[in-house]
Amino acid sequence: MTRVVANPRHGDLRNLLSVADLGPDVASGINRVLTLTDSFVEVSERAIPKVPALKGRTVVSLFFEDSTRTRLSFETAAKRLSADTMNFSVGTSSVKKGESLRDTIETIEAMGVDAIVVRHASAGVPLQIAQWANSAVINAGDGWHEHPTQALLDCYTIRQNLGDLAGRQIAIVGDIRHSRVARSNVAAFSALGAEVTLVAPPTLLPPSLEGWPVKVSHDLDSVLANTDVCYLLRMQRERMTEALIPSLREYTATYGLTERRADLLPGHALVMHPGPMNRGVEIAANVADRPNAVVIDQVRNGVAVRMAVLFLLLGSGIEWGGEIDA
Amino acid sequence: MPDPDREPNNRSRKVDVDNSTSTSSGWILRGGRVVDRSGDRVADVAIAADGTVAAVGLDLDAAGLGLADAPVLDVTGCIVAPGLVDIHTHLREPGREEAETIESGSRAAALGGFTAIVAMPNTEPTIDSAAVVRQVQSAGMAAGLCDVRVSGAITVGREGKALSPMAEMADLGVRMFTDDGCGVQDDRLMRRALEYSSGLSVPVTLAQHCEVEALSEGGHMHEGEWSSRLGIPGIPAEAEELMVFRDIALARLTGARVHFQHLSTAGAVELVRQAKARGLPVTSEATPHHFTLTHAEVASYDPVFKVNPPLRTADDVAAVKAGLADGTIDAIATDHAPHTAEVKEAPFDHAPCGMLGLETALALGVTELVEPGILTMTQLLAAMSWQPAEIAGIADIHGLPIETGSPAHLVVFDPTEEWTVDPSELASLSANTPYAGRTLRGKVRHTMLCGVPTVLDGKAQR
Repeated sequence: MTRVVANPRHGDLRNLLSVADLGPDVASGINRVLTLTDSFVEVSERAIPKVPALKGRTVVSLFFEDSTRTRLSFETAAKRLSADTMNFSVGTSSVKKGESLRDTIETIEAMGVDAIVVRHASAGVPLQIAQWANSAVINAGDGWHEHPTQALLDCYTIRQNLGDLAGRQIAIVGDIRHSRVARSNVAAFSALGAEVTLVAPPTLLPPSLEGWPVKVSHDLDSVLANTDVCYLLRMQRERMTEALIPSLREYTATYGLTERRADLLPGHALVMHPGPMNRGVEIAANVADRPNAVVIDQVRNGVAVRMAVLFLLLGSGIEWGGEIDA
Repeated sequence: MPDPDREPNNRSRKVDVDNSTSTSSGWILRGGRVVDRSGDRVADVAIAADGTVAAVGLDLDAAGLGLADAPVLDVTGCIVAPGLVDIHTHLREPGREEAETIESGSRAAALGGFTAIVAMPNTEPTIDSAAVVRQVQSAGMAAGLCDVRVSGAITVGREGKALSPMAEMADLGVRMFTDDGCGVQDDRLMRRALEYSSGLSVPVTLAQHCEVEALSEGGHMHEGEWSSRLGIPGIPAEAEELMVFRDIALARLTGARVHFQHLSTAGAVELVRQAKARGLPVTSEATPHHFTLTHAEVASYDPVFKVNPPLRTADDVAAVKAGLADGTIDAIATDHAPHTAEVKEAPFDHAPCGMLGLETALALGVTELVEPGILTMTQLLAAMSWQPAEIAGIADIHGLPIETGSPAHLVVFDPTEEWTVDPSELASLSANTPYAGRTLRGKVRHTMLCGVPTVLDGKAQR
């Protein structure tokens, strides 16, 4: 099958499928996004938080798996850049009903879009789509694989609160094995020079950590005193039925950020969570409400980071100086 | 290794293909290097009009053999060997004729140098009764491109619950039984199957796809470094090794022959090596992809690399090669598993397992095993012709030494010719080869079935 591969975009970043896509030098790729994010945070604080940077561009969100929060964040980002947005909401069942992934993509592209924001329960789908699509593909989470914009907004939030990530101690706690957030964050945090410790029972770690720039601990208490960022992952109930943990109660007792454990953290340390939180499971209810818990900052920064990513992918190489007024 | 002296029944004495439309005046193959189990020498091979080898020797006098009118093929620089035998082929018919038919699969086999293939029973319906056995046999005969042998399921519907009617199928010439696609999970049922099979009127072999489902369920690739990085649920090597271990124990318990299909892990190879050292009646096979590719290929998320057993580590690939070199692994089997583009162009965890193999197996053997000096050419051909013929119970007519009177099932190939794999040029109805764009050495020139070319100058003859 012959298909015309015409890249309508002029930037060097064609797609954002994984953190590694940010460039041969991942750290400078991340920093480029974070610097651009600063100016979009400023836009977001304006009375009318909208700029015409992507006027005439169309961004479609293609979510095969429900995620209202991530979809809204991307759509808000696109709208603040004046892009047109479309929502192609499909249940995983539509694949089973017969339309192939490739047909879905060709259908969407026929409508004339510039970027496809894709969420899928299967790892690798954004990469597969990128091979068929002419538009920019942004991974909004694929299975257990990656969620690169989450990693970027987490880096931004840490930098906003603590400055440079280099040398910082970051503990990622919980279900690493099934977490796309963990995979992207390990790549991003370590690229920026932070030291990452994974804290989880062995059943919730990936089967192999070969090549992962991390330390591992099964003792959260011993890690917390020397932690600048305690990053908690959502603990899902079905993990019990898979015999990965005996019970949520035992998980909370051993790996939950209880009040007692939160008190072990240094005063400056941040508590982060990609949401939605299971209060009382991985995080105690009032720990989530402490001032050093920056979960809402993460959500707010998510919009600005996604504006930066969309602008880099679709901005036709315009230098963004923050000068464009609505 | 099965006992080569065992008595085949009359049914398997002849090749069940229909050559009635071909009229032959014999053939003369000039100047090739003849490699078979009796040696390796340069010789001409004369093939009589009745499909048997008339003579083998230097500068044969065609007229003296009554073959003055026989066309002469100059095969200087080529290897002339007994036709290849694949004991692990998925032909998809009946049930999935959009992916492959018995005819298209037979054509792919002939182009790959095979003169006999064993069709796996995981069709729709399953080959678990005389009726389906007959259907596949007659379609194989009608295609006339290859001796299509049929394997039957060990359990009804391959459901692992009740024994299939093995005697009924054995009477029709079935010599191998397998639930391939999955292993027989129930220990007691597998024990009974082995005991029962050893009392049939003809010797048969039970072949196992070794995979303990309790450990493999939900997995889509080898569990390890790459599955962890890619976020794809894995299948640990131990899922295979536990069943190999169990079946070795059951072979010892029952005395019945067990054949291990597509060994893919270093641990499984070692278990089979130890069992053979103890004199147990076990044999094994490995696929070209398990001695060529590793799990790192999955980084592309291209489902063409999704296969069961999954592609494993570089250490496992090395162990499979070592197993072939020291004879632990008796046969190279393709596990040719066609799938249409529609079903393969799916998310990795939704796509079915399997890759094409018939048309690339010999070249991969030459490129990956003979050229680097892991196997001699004779060892490669042993693993692709006479050894699998013995496992399949068809050594009375396949894989025989090329000598006067033996049936002329032959492959002629140039071991040095380079070619690049182009999925669109393969004879298979499907294109799911993982070797697209790869340059391989070793190209089939001619394939002869009962002295009739099924492939001539690299072109299928029907």
